[in-house]
Amino acid sequence: MNFEWSGVWDAMPTMLDGLLVALAATGIGYVIALILGLVFAFLRRSGNRWVSMPVGFLVEFIRSTPLLVQLFFFFYVLPLIGISASPLATGAFALGLHYATYTSEVYRSGIDGVPPGQWEAATALNLSTRRTWTNVILPQAIPRVVPALGNYVIAMFKDTPQLLAITVVEMLGGAIAIGSETFRYSEPIAAAGLVYLVVALLMAWVARIVERRYGQVRV
Amino acid sequence: MTTTNGEFITFDGVHKSFGKNVVLDDLSFSVGAGERVTLIGPSGSGKTTILRMLMTLTRPDRGTIGVDGDYLYHEKRGEALVPASDAHIRKVRSRITMVFQHFNLFPNMKVLRNVTEAPIHVLGKPKDEAEARGRELLEMVGLGDKLDAHPSQLSGGQQQRVAIARALAVDPDVLLLDEVTSALDPEIAAEVLDVLRDIAKTTDVTMLLVTHAMKFARDVSHRVLMFNEGRIIEDASPEQLFNEPEHERTKSFLRSVLDET
Repeated sequence: MNFEWSGVWDAMPTMLDGLLVALAATGIGYVIALILGLVFAFLRRSGNRWVSMPVGFLVEFIRSTPLLVQLFFFFYVLPLIGISASPLATGAFALGLHYATYTSEVYRSGIDGVPPGQWEAATALNLSTRRTWTNVILPQAIPRVVPALGNYVIAMFKDTPQLLAITVVEMLGGAIAIGSETFRYSEPIAAAGLVYLVVALLMAWVARIVERRYGQVRV
Repeated sequence: MTTTNGEFITFDGVHKSFGKNVVLDDLSFSVGAGERVTLIGPSGSGKTTILRMLMTLTRPDRGTIGVDGDYLYHEKRGEALVPASDAHIRKVRSRITMVFQHFNLFPNMKVLRNVTEAPIHVLGKPKDEAEARGRELLEMVGLGDKLDAHPSQLSGGQQQRVAIARALAVDPDVLLLDEVTSALDPEIAAEVLDVLRDIAKTTDVTMLLVTHAMKFARDVSHRVLMFNEGRIIEDASPEQLFNEPEHERTKSFLRSVLDET
């Protein structure tokens, strides 16, 4: 078997186009995961069982089924209920929803990590529920969850090739397209792997900086 | 300062159990406006539960708790008493605050912000007014130079003094002190108690205290309630209760705490 490094190099322009798609899916999906995860965490804490139980079931359901199945599901089901979204938007949404079930667990453990005395002090000062959340609980819970949330961006980015299943052409898709034209797959796929590696390492580096800046809990 | 109204805080038939363990057994007593009452007794006798009920941190199973004519957990609807809405609880609770054994300062806020948080966001005071008052209170507890410190940078005694300033900043009618020196070394505890003595002398805030600092209790309280197994077994002036306790259980309790210190 011969491996031509020039083939890796030649694939790079296609890889960069694919990278933009992967980053878009990750970025949109991550924002969805951050917000929806917090919503899930709140709803599951709700004192109303008619809210907390269905949401708990939904979260467990999504978390326990493969992302790939969910991608296909939304790709075929959304048009049936009259929602026409691009494959990329559908993919980003499915990624976000899937990871929201993970982030909701992270938020939950972060919130549970705030000592009960903090809630009691907020009650003793008669702070409103909203103020207690925004000024007391979340500012203490969020630093605890920053490291775990950082890891999920990277995990999510590495899951973007699955979007290929619903026709989103990111890096792996681009590599396979090159392969089917040139009948050489190893070089473009190596190029895709290389770009994933570099970007994931960069993301880990940024995550560590963010963690150092915001991830400190003062006790 | 003397009692102006014997029925400022009322407990009427209050019952609380945790599982099979009866913590308060059909308890009734009242506290006058401006009165300072110390609750003593062995641990598990229900003293802290009383403070926590007044602060709405623990709900009674039965009975009513009144604060200046309003019920804390009930609302009058015509002649009937119905369970109180959150808004009603918040309204009655706004007159009460509490200082905790473990301080419970907000670690995400600097010292001054801890003190101004409720005045600004609950009482709706302008920021500069709240900060001026906050500085004054922190000055009073001897921490005028720590306004910009984080709670984590302070010693336990300093944190507790901030917590006292934070409680006073909401202009409470009722101040609940739950073993506020139990987590502190004796020497540090003395600083905190000195601050509380000053407050007792200079304000007419109604105080309910749970403490093991008997000398302090004797100095500041108008009345001492001795608890045992969820009931009040003795209710007397500090002179009476500490010098000539009537009940055998009170005598043995006082002997054991005085031996400790």
